[in-house]
Amino acid sequence: MARAVSKRRTIAFTIAAWIVALVIFFPILYTIITSFKSETEAIQGFNLIPSGTVESYAAVQAQSNYFKFFLNSVIISIGSTLLALLIAVPAAWSMAFAPTRRTKDILMWMLSTKMMPAVAVLVPIYLLFRDFGLLDSRIGLTVMLTMINLPIVIWMLYTYFREIPGEILEAARMDGASLWGEIVYVLTPMAVPGIASTMLLNIILAWNEAFWTIRLTTTNAAPLTAFIASFSSPQGLFWAKLSAASTLAIAPILIMGWFSQKQLVRGLTFGAVK
Amino acid sequence: MGKIILKKVNKSFGATQVIPGIDLTIEDGEFVVFVGPSGCGKSTLLRLIAGLEDTTSGTIEIDGKDVTAAAPAKRGLAMVFQSYALYPHMSVAKNIAFPLKMAKMDQAAIDKKVTEAARVLNLTNYLERRPGQLSGGQRQRVAIGRAIVREPSAFLFDEPLSNLDAALRGTMRLEISELHHQLKTTMIYVTHDQVEAMTMADKIVVLNAGNIEQVGSPLDLYNKPDNLFVAGFIGSPRMNFVKGEAAKPWKAPTAGIRPEHIRLSKESGTWKGVVGVAEHLGSDTFLHVNAEGVGMLTVRADGDFPVTHGDTVYLTPDETRIHRFGDKGMAIR
Repeated sequence: MARAVSKRRTIAFTIAAWIVALVIFFPILYTIITSFKSETEAIQGFNLIPSGTVESYAAVQAQSNYFKFFLNSVIISIGSTLLALLIAVPAAWSMAFAPTRRTKDILMWMLSTKMMPAVAVLVPIYLLFRDFGLLDSRIGLTVMLTMINLPIVIWMLYTYFREIPGEILEAARMDGASLWGEIVYVLTPMAVPGIASTMLLNIILAWNEAFWTIRLTTTNAAPLTAFIASFSSPQGLFWAKLSAASTLAIAPILIMGWFSQKQLVRGLTFGAVK
Repeated sequence: MGKIILKKVNKSFGATQVIPGIDLTIEDGEFVVFVGPSGCGKSTLLRLIAGLEDTTSGTIEIDGKDVTAAAPAKRGLAMVFQSYALYPHMSVAKNIAFPLKMAKMDQAAIDKKVTEAARVLNLTNYLERRPGQLSGGQRQRVAIGRAIVREPSAFLFDEPLSNLDAALRGTMRLEISELHHQLKTTMIYVTHDQVEAMTMADKIVVLNAGNIEQVGSPLDLYNKPDNLFVAGFIGSPRMNFVKGEAAKPWKAPTAGIRPEHIRLSKESGTWKGVVGVAEHLGSDTFLHVNAEGVGMLTVRADGDFPVTHGDTVYLTPDETRIHRFGDKGMAIR
């Protein structure tokens, strides 16, 4: 039986939820507000009402080509996501449906790599990238982000696949499906919601990744994270321009996240409640 | 054709031996039921025949061909699972067509076969629906349809009715038996329900702890159980076992008497007892009687036999229907 919740409590909870949401969202909101201020306004202290000028956007676009960075971000985040899925689907399949005694250990080990501070491997990876000529290349960055996010992608898909009854795959096997047929015709269509939210999450993670993207690129392959960083220059901090650049960088992913929030929430809470 | 021969089939999971070595011949066109309590290895045996599990040792032959190492799809068998295992993202028509699509049959031939299977199984009006929009019985029929279209040399059923309610189970039991008469294809059916086994089988294989206890026709097993296990497992309610002093008249350590082979009287008989629980089923009444010097006995009486809790009754076993068992539980004949 559902618990009766009084109207007053509902209102109180709604207000509390709005406050929490606003607090979390406030830095992004203030970035957007600041981007519509002039540089003088921006350094004058806390002010929620901007003059509405778009001079910072014009300056940012004049100073560096936004679309080049944007394109790099798109290529790298989508490319690394597709590459990760290509590896992760078969990997998660074997872990979910043909586990060995060591499967759990492998899963834990993969997760543990996410706990290692990235800076610890910065020098060896930088040297490897240099020796293989991958510095400042889209391919290099795509591979790097694929490897960084692969554990999460495999984990998420593994959780999804575990929910699919093994008997259905056995039925496909009896019906004459090859291993590939089983994955393509039965497993993947059944796991579409899971694969979709894994994809979305991974695109967001790759889009926001700032440690490696900034350190392994200079100009050619630099994505939007490097675009923002380029505005915090030694000549001084230009808050309005920095905000305009940040707004431009987060806008695409914010819009995508907004439209796919249902899918994302379902993906992240999947398996939590049976 | 669908003659299946198992030779010394053995299956172990790690150090645990599930099936210690089974020899069994299933004739073409036979309806064979594997029956036994849960964990007796009956499903494992079926999965070994299907190819979903690898045999540890021994061979499996289908129509004279050794298929021990063959992939499931190469064995020409079709399987119906307990959970139906339908593809939830495909319509009924696509579910039934799936094995044909995998066999790369052309679309016109597939359509013809799907239509025919749907007609036989009363699914014509549901072809465009998804499995989620069907009732349990309809889902089961789709699973059977998917099996039929392949024209397999044998059908394997893994407890196909255990997810259905009692009434539907009765109907589906008839439908599967009817299907067997129509198709005359070998069917292997796994169940823990001895009523299903008795009513459907040409031949019953009783399994216990991975071993075959007895193979025979339903009436063979009922009338001539080889041992205590089969005697207790086949027949409902189960056979009464009388031990020690009470079994002396029949010169055996244990005597078995089925509830339906005990005559009941209010005046006189071999044993005197007091009625405990009386289960009234309408047509029959099952009495649980505490008989002096014998112990608890189950007795079948007519539905209208006037008796209630605490009544004194007299029981007389039918001498011609006594089963005698030796020290090791084997039948003495």
